[in-house]
Amino acid sequence: MPGPDNNHHRSATISVLVDNESGVLARVIGLFSGRGYNIDSLTVAPVDDTRGRSRINVVTSGTEMVIEQIKAQLDRLVPVHRVADLSREGPHIAREMALVKVLGTGEKRVEALRIAETFRARVVDTTIESFVFELTGATDKLDAFIDLMHPLGLAEVSRTGVAALARGSRTI
Amino acid sequence: MTTEPNQEAPNAAGAEVLLRALKDQGVEVVFGYPGGAVLPIYDAIFNQNAIRHILVRHEQAAVHAAEGYARSTGKVGVVLVTSGPGATNAVTGLLDALMDSIPLVCLTGQVPTHLIGNDAFQEADTTGITRPATKHNYLVKRSEDLARVVHEAFYIARTGRPGPVVIDLPKDILIGKAPYAGPVSTHRSYRPRTEPDPAQIDRAIALLKGAKRPVIYVGGGVVNAGPEASEALTRFVRMTGFPCTNTLMGLGTFPASDPQFLGMLGMHGTYEANLAMHGADVLLAIGARFDDRVTGRLNAFCPDAKKIHIDIDPSSINKTVPVDVSIIGDAGRAIAALIAAWDADAAVPDRAGLASWWRQIDVWREKQSLRFTQDTAPGALIKPQYAIRRLWQLTRAQSKDTFITTEVGQHQMWAAQHFGFEKPNRWMTSGGLGTMGYGLPAAMGVQIAHPDALVIDIAGEASILMNIQEMGTLAQYRLPVKVFILNNQYMGMIRQWQELLHGSRYSESYSNALPDFVKLADSFHATGLRAENYGQLDDVIHRMIASDRAVIADIAVDPMENCFPMIPSGAAHNDMILGPEHEDQARGITDEGLVLV
Repeated sequence: MPGPDNNHHRSATISVLVDNESGVLARVIGLFSGRGYNIDSLTVAPVDDTRGRSRINVVTSGTEMVIEQIKAQLDRLVPVHRVADLSREGPHIAREMALVKVLGTGEKRVEALRIAETFRARVVDTTIESFVFELTGATDKLDAFIDLMHPLGLAEVSRTGVAALARGSRTI
Repeated sequence: MTTEPNQEAPNAAGAEVLLRALKDQGVEVVFGYPGGAVLPIYDAIFNQNAIRHILVRHEQAAVHAAEGYARSTGKVGVVLVTSGPGATNAVTGLLDALMDSIPLVCLTGQVPTHLIGNDAFQEADTTGITRPATKHNYLVKRSEDLARVVHEAFYIARTGRPGPVVIDLPKDILIGKAPYAGPVSTHRSYRPRTEPDPAQIDRAIALLKGAKRPVIYVGGGVVNAGPEASEALTRFVRMTGFPCTNTLMGLGTFPASDPQFLGMLGMHGTYEANLAMHGADVLLAIGARFDDRVTGRLNAFCPDAKKIHIDIDPSSINKTVPVDVSIIGDAGRAIAALIAAWDADAAVPDRAGLASWWRQIDVWREKQSLRFTQDTAPGALIKPQYAIRRLWQLTRAQSKDTFITTEVGQHQMWAAQHFGFEKPNRWMTSGGLGTMGYGLPAAMGVQIAHPDALVIDIAGEASILMNIQEMGTLAQYRLPVKVFILNNQYMGMIRQWQELLHGSRYSESYSNALPDFVKLADSFHATGLRAENYGQLDDVIHRMIASDRAVIADIAVDPMENCFPMIPSGAAHNDMILGPEHEDQARGITDEGLVLV
């Protein structure tokens, strides 16, 4: 069969520029749930007040054919200006932020703090039995930090999802 | 059409501004049903004569009628319904129009803006409910947006891949003063691509020139591209000498009487069309979307063909079937570009290859996959296929332009197989969604658009009951629509699948307690006719065609007849069941096939 390999799954970071109007996020989310596509993470915020535009970053996964279909379906939505597959259109930076609450005392508490320093996580809240760490970085770095905190009293995690841009002078 | 929205000071009520925008869009007819939230619009309609309102009996029918109107004219169909149940009743029609790419604008009433979210009387989250059932939808929350939104909605509905657009109108917006702005022909983010890429056209021509076993597979996109697209298609097929097959939605784009026509393809398509698809070395798909009813088992679909796909919707390309050359654009312009490139290239098809391909196709044609046997004793049971054949022959023998709509089921497939269409826009059927109850209201819409035409809804006795209330609309507007019921006393396609796949356990598929259709017609001020046997059929068809009133012709047909040929679910094009003698093939269907619809 012609065309891309139909069995290999890959992850894709897709940025979508949309008109900042009511219902636009519901259109995007409804598209993913209605057609059975994965959402690994999703962020949305206004990025251009003068032109009234928001940027949605979706991390998804699927076969090459499915990802191409996701992009085409997104591009078909009326309020969508631009769809960019950052993971295909050259190198890109993707970052997310996590707030991680760890409970504990004694040696575990010291170990948590030591690891946090290694990861350059900031302590943004502390009591004598808890820390809240703020950590920014690539998704796998956040995953690794959270894994390490598990045995050290990990209590709660809040993550933002991915913000992403192309490297260099390229813009979407 | 202007592109400058020349906004005027707000000096008219929203409902008046709405009607002015509709008039500026060239709207002549609106199909609707009143209710509390849209009373200001009905008041505005009362005070003018430019736009005609057709009062249906159920909102679903308003949408199907607008679809029939749109599909038979190429114009945008317009629907007007109230909030809450008015909007939810319209949803089936909206999704039907979305699946079949029919341009509609549906105006829905809404509770006043200050009550939205309060579970007010007849409130529904209409934009939420219709989001996956429309191409786009709007909730107008500010009077200054009203005129712009209406014009945008029409632009979006009719351009690109056409589809339904909902405008949800809170009652305070309809009553309050609103400014007016003129039509637009651009949009800030929505910009459909219509001009094909010349480089892709050249790649297509290179493949087509070298083809030894080509097939041109044409769908409803060519209907949507306007009658000139069908004319261009016919020219291209004839200049290449290639065989051409139509999808259910594409019937009429290429003349059925042409020797290069292979008939419809797909689940109930002809043997020659499906075998040609299976054996093709180059496939040219135009305005068709590789629907599961067309492809059969995907990994066995056109296994040896280089594939060229022309579609205006980029998301249709490589959706289920990867293609070698993709041409995004309007089907008519793409065909015109193919013709120009073929001429410029002085291209000559591979004549020897084609001749042997046509010899192979003729061998497949000899199977006569649409054959049936009609007993010609006067008291014999009528075969449903024969009833359609006679309807076709007798309508051809009269001078009126003939339009056919259908409901959904066996009768729909028999109509597609046995009624020959020579021109586009003459065949209205629910293809994608498969909506029973579509045919009668769609026929109403067609008859409104073409008052002097012969409009026939080919129906089943089960489907027709889903929107039978529209007989009242036919009576009110004296619409001479003909309802031609193939009455086999079963939901025939359900019964057929139960026979072939579920051990003949006819669970709930018998049409029990049917009405007397002759009396039913009579009670709605229409003419009722019934044919019980072969000897009565022609007379009933003649009287139906000759009548200047609405007619229900109730044709009693063989209750156990199955629709063949058939590609059973999960099977490939070359695994067709040709007739009852091969039914065992279906019984050997895999579990994987059994889960498919």
